[in-house]
Amino acid sequence: MASQPSSLLGGFLASLRRDLLVAARHKAELTNPLVFFLIAVTLIPLGVSPEKSVLVLLAPGIVWVMALLATLLSLDGLFRSDFEDGSLEQMLISPQSLYFTVMAKILVHWLVSGFPVTLMAPLLGLMLHLPAEGFLPLLVSLALGTASMSLIGAVGAALTVSLRKGGLLLSLIVMPLYIPVLIFGASAVQTAIQGGAIGMQLAVLGAFLALAIVLAPIAALGALKISSNG
Amino acid sequence: MAWQWFHRLGSPRWFYEKTSPWLPWLTVISIALIVTGAVWGLAFAPADYKQGNSYRIIYIHVPAAFLALAGYYIMAISGAVGLIWKMKLPFMVMKSAAPIGALLTFISLVTGSIWGKPTWGTWWEWDARITSMLILFFLYLGMIALQQAYQQRDTADKSSAILALVGMVNIPIIYKSVDWWNTLHQPATIKFTGKSTIDPSMLYPLLIIVIGFYCFYALVLLLYTRVEILRRENRTQWVNDLVAKSK
Amino acid sequence: MSSSPSPLLELRDLGCERDERLLFSGLDLQLAAGDVVQIGGPNGAGKTTLLRALAGISADYQGQIFYSGQPLPEASWDFARDRLYLGHLPGIKKSLTPAENLAWYLAQAGGRISIDEALAAVGLYGYEDTPCYQLSAGQLRRVALARLHLAEARIWILDEPFTAIDKLGVSQLEALIARQSAQGGVVILTSHQDLTLPQLRVVNLQDYRPGSVKSAAFHQTNLGLNGLSGAQNDNGEVVAHG
Repeated sequence: MASQPSSLLGGFLASLRRDLLVAARHKAELTNPLVFFLIAVTLIPLGVSPEKSVLVLLAPGIVWVMALLATLLSLDGLFRSDFEDGSLEQMLISPQSLYFTVMAKILVHWLVSGFPVTLMAPLLGLMLHLPAEGFLPLLVSLALGTASMSLIGAVGAALTVSLRKGGLLLSLIVMPLYIPVLIFGASAVQTAIQGGAIGMQLAVLGAFLALAIVLAPIAALGALKISSNG
Repeated sequence: MAWQWFHRLGSPRWFYEKTSPWLPWLTVISIALIVTGAVWGLAFAPADYKQGNSYRIIYIHVPAAFLALAGYYIMAISGAVGLIWKMKLPFMVMKSAAPIGALLTFISLVTGSIWGKPTWGTWWEWDARITSMLILFFLYLGMIALQQAYQQRDTADKSSAILALVGMVNIPIIYKSVDWWNTLHQPATIKFTGKSTIDPSMLYPLLIIVIGFYCFYALVLLLYTRVEILRRENRTQWVNDLVAKSK
Repeated sequence: MSSSPSPLLELRDLGCERDERLLFSGLDLQLAAGDVVQIGGPNGAGKTTLLRALAGISADYQGQIFYSGQPLPEASWDFARDRLYLGHLPGIKKSLTPAENLAWYLAQAGGRISIDEALAAVGLYGYEDTPCYQLSAGQLRRVALARLHLAEARIWILDEPFTAIDKLGVSQLEALIARQSAQGGVVILTSHQDLTLPQLRVVNLQDYRPGSVKSAAFHQTNLGLNGLSGAQNDNGEVVAHG
């Protein structure tokens, strides 16, 4: 198998450019995860209590859980349009490394969902009276965590891409896999507020991300091959 | 020659015919072990000095919890074998293992909850082991849901095999994370199975019943798989002959 | 290119099944440079399944496929670079322009002419920057067909390429296929249309159905009473006659 690094990168960049273009043409959809994130977080003071003392306690967990849900709900479209218009077949049989093509798609997904959600999180932290020490850890842990979640979620999206109503099933199979990321992500913010060191939590989140970068695209491309076969 | 054996193992018919004589043996052994262990554990083993008789639920809870986890690995490894060697039989084992595992997980959750009432005074405690078991239950539910979502058997088999493998990689991570999360929030007051502290008079019946449960699990898995084999191979000559003979 | 002694593409004893039902088996086919093969057969004969197996989308087939004399799993990388597949679905992103769509294919597989030339060749000159959702179904098809002009691949696998295009488009495509054949390429296609190509061979998958003589030793277990005697109900129980 002749390896051509320049051509590999070329395929990766072409897919990256195409998916970014597609995302840019659907500008209205870009804001959906953000609006969901905002509304969902707003529900908590309304449903639980607007008391500052309560919200301070809940803030890290709520922002994290809602960011998780926002990422989750945007997953369904990750491979769906490619499946429906035949691009997926062409991706699968192209002489490029499928790993990098899938990686490009996941990267674009993160850039249009997890990344803006991360950037918006401090604003919601402000609304929930998150103490000042929590903001930087929130940004860093969400950046690492949402990237892992895009990668893990891609496997679920690939497994359900050929199902007409795969959305709810996708959440069902992916959510349990998000639990470790949630535990360490929310804990990083919580610990920082209490004045503790959060190096360990961030290191674990980084390790999850590294593991997900290696394994998740492989599982996703295997799932894509199976899905497009059926 | 070893390879020949391995590939015959992939043949559903060979498997069906070879496992037929095992069934009565497994039935007898598992019933004998479970009855012995249960009678010993429930009637003869001493009561716990702290928990009284309520601890006796471990004779169901512990074996169910053991097998719930082991069952996931059995399921995932079967799926991997099916994917790698392109055999049909392992997928049938995998499909059969999912509902059995889910049921065992459910049993261990319910017995854990019943045990929790006299021990902690609540029906539900966010203990590390119970929480991990709950997440394992979710993983099983996802497996079953994905399997049933596909009309095409082949796609269902292969997709759920991938999901099982992803779950298998994740289970140790989830267990470790939940353990760590638990120590963070509430130092564990009572460990569920303090192996080192359990008295031999309580341990021996537990060991017997655990082995009995393993045999019973093997029996149920075999029965499920055999039904699945008949269902999938229903168009073949040997299944037709089998049905004709039994009439 | 043409000096290679072994055929460009060879199928040996190929068989495909779908949903546990054998579609065809024992298919032997040799394609040398210049060959054009039309796969025929009624609906459900397995035409698309065969093309998808050849295209590398599906690996569910029995038998062997050789590319330039090398068996497929090993040679699949080289085969992928020398093959172009057009399926039922065009593989075109509707929110992008034709030029943007083709740019992705160009980066994936390389090209022999520029994108503008390829679009002009299929009669889409002036549409380079129109988003594809504004194009008609036939024009969308032409965007996909522009890849035939663009790509360097020698082996074309075309599933119903004449769908949705007009009369002029059909004759242009036929000419294109003839040119590919003359240049030493291989074209495998399905179509319900009668084609007027000189080198055309027709393979009817109906001749390779499991009921026919050729499929004797295909499957050890699955052939059996397959549909001949005995009916099965939904529970998978078999109700045998006699």
